[in-house]
Amino acid sequence: MADPMRIRAQVAGDKATVRVLMSHEMETGQRKDSSGKAIPAWFIQEVTVAHNGAPVMTAQWGPSVSKNPFMQCAIKGAKAGDKVTVSWTDNKGDKRTDEATVS
Amino acid sequence: MKIDKKLAGLACAAGAAVLLAGCATGPSANLDAEFKAMLQNSFSARGIAKMDRLDQDLGQAACSSAKQPPEAVLKQIEGEALASIKWPTGGQYFGDWTRADKLAQSGVGMAWNNPTTDPKTNGGQCYNCHQIDKKEISFGTIGPSLYNYGKLRGVKDVTDPKVAPIIQYTWGKLYNSKAYAGCSNMPRFGHAKILDEEQMRDLMSLLLDPRSPVNQ
Amino acid sequence: MKHPITLTALAALALTGATAAWAQKTASDGIAEYRELLADGNPAELFEVKGEELWKKARGPKNASLEKCDLGKGPGVVKGAWAELPRYFADTGRVQDLESRLLTCMETLQGFKAAEIAKLDFGKGEMANVTALSTWISGQSKGFGFNLPQNHALERKMYALGEKAFFYRGGPMDFSCASCHGEEGKRIRLQDLPVLYKNPGDGLGMAAWPAYRVSNGQMWGMQQRLSDCYRLQRFPNPDFASDVTIALQTYMGVNQKGAKIITPALKR
Repeated sequence: MADPMRIRAQVAGDKATVRVLMSHEMETGQRKDSSGKAIPAWFIQEVTVAHNGAPVMTAQWGPSVSKNPFMQCAIKGAKAGDKVTVSWTDNKGDKRTDEATVS
Repeated sequence: MKIDKKLAGLACAAGAAVLLAGCATGPSANLDAEFKAMLQNSFSARGIAKMDRLDQDLGQAACSSAKQPPEAVLKQIEGEALASIKWPTGGQYFGDWTRADKLAQSGVGMAWNNPTTDPKTNGGQCYNCHQIDKKEISFGTIGPSLYNYGKLRGVKDVTDPKVAPIIQYTWGKLYNSKAYAGCSNMPRFGHAKILDEEQMRDLMSLLLDPRSPVNQ
Repeated sequence: MKHPITLTALAALALTGATAAWAQKTASDGIAEYRELLADGNPAELFEVKGEELWKKARGPKNASLEKCDLGKGPGVVKGAWAELPRYFADTGRVQDLESRLLTCMETLQGFKAAEIAKLDFGKGEMANVTALSTWISGQSKGFGFNLPQNHALERKMYALGEKAFFYRGGPMDFSCASCHGEEGKRIRLQDLPVLYKNPGDGLGMAAWPAYRVSNGQMWGMQQRLSDCYRLQRFPNPDFASDVTIALQTYMGVNQKGAKIITPALKR
């Protein structure tokens, strides 16, 4: 399985701000190695965020997102103690899911 | 070794200006030797960067401190540097300024990971330190701005004998910057074979040709 | 509610104050703003997490963790240790920086071969682990001011040697560290240069490395930063954790006494 994400979720008024750092090479497929061969594309294609098990956001990503991507979103109505789950799938079929508690 | 240092220390403490002069050479000569040994032990040749790059000539050695060297030494460095300048073949100072922007932008060359010391693929890394063309906003400030270089110096026609001194100075500065300022921060592009004649001619045109974008 | 009012007030301030400022904003200012925005979500945190794991995990031929490693403040004391390195270590009889000390501990406690790790390229194998460990350990000194000891004769000697190294001109371009880091208010292209023969201030110079470099997506420790400086100075290659690199860190660290550490930082 891939390296863990860093998730922070903090209540701010009637929402929770969720900040996620994902560990991923996000290879575009355009870069060439020292021998001139293109390095194969390898990037996160889908990201989902769930609040207490219910999906609240889905994102479709492409190769333009940078390496070790950072994402921030706000979940309306989230309270301290709620569970936030972030999952991603990449174009090689690799997956990662991590969870955090809203503070 | 330990005991000598202690004695030297005592002598310094007890003495006045006369003894201090002696002390300045003792421990500092030791430090020099230790420093040279540290360099040899710490560095390794890699790629095109060989250990001889740690050897210093007069100018490099004299300018390796926070303080400027004495006037006489500066004059010597400048004199030797001026004498080393190879003026362009056939007195042809100028080339093609349309090729020069690429040279001024590129900082490639002479590092251990570059394939060859042949200047053909080297850049002049000019924008690292200088402003040159008004369009380029990504310029450094380690050296003075070169924007309007020729215009500011009244160069309307490069063949006019009145501007010959500035033509020569510019070539000389590119070839061996230390000829005009002994401890200059600017690399000696011709002398150290970082750039060849053709490349320097192109840079001359970039800076001095009245039609160059630099002088608009 | 509290927030809407505060936001409106801020917006009003921004509008009035900003109109004059917008006219003066330089390219450098714009880039500084962009970097501030990037600072949230520094990928260096991913390496901090890795580093902490590596410190606590039993590894190597001796199957031991690094939790008994002495970084200068006693075995296992990590908080504030980076702020006091390089320093003299009695067990090795030399002045060591963080990365050389990690090699010592990885060898004596875990049974790894330090000399072999030192030969690896940055980012590979155990060398990548040393970088992750430095990232975490330096983060444990975030907010501290540099406070390198200069009590031992060897520590003072390293300072003097570091000073000589800082001003030493060499290579085909005659560059020394001072060529770029020796004058106030200078920059290369659009990258401001801290003056390193004195204290450049909080969060600058030594206080900003290890750092995650956005431009190449790499986590760089102090050794890699110094090594790459020398590459650009067109010098031969400094060996990993060699004396010249330790001497330079001693010189700069002592010069920066009190400067606030912000590591692991984020760089272009």
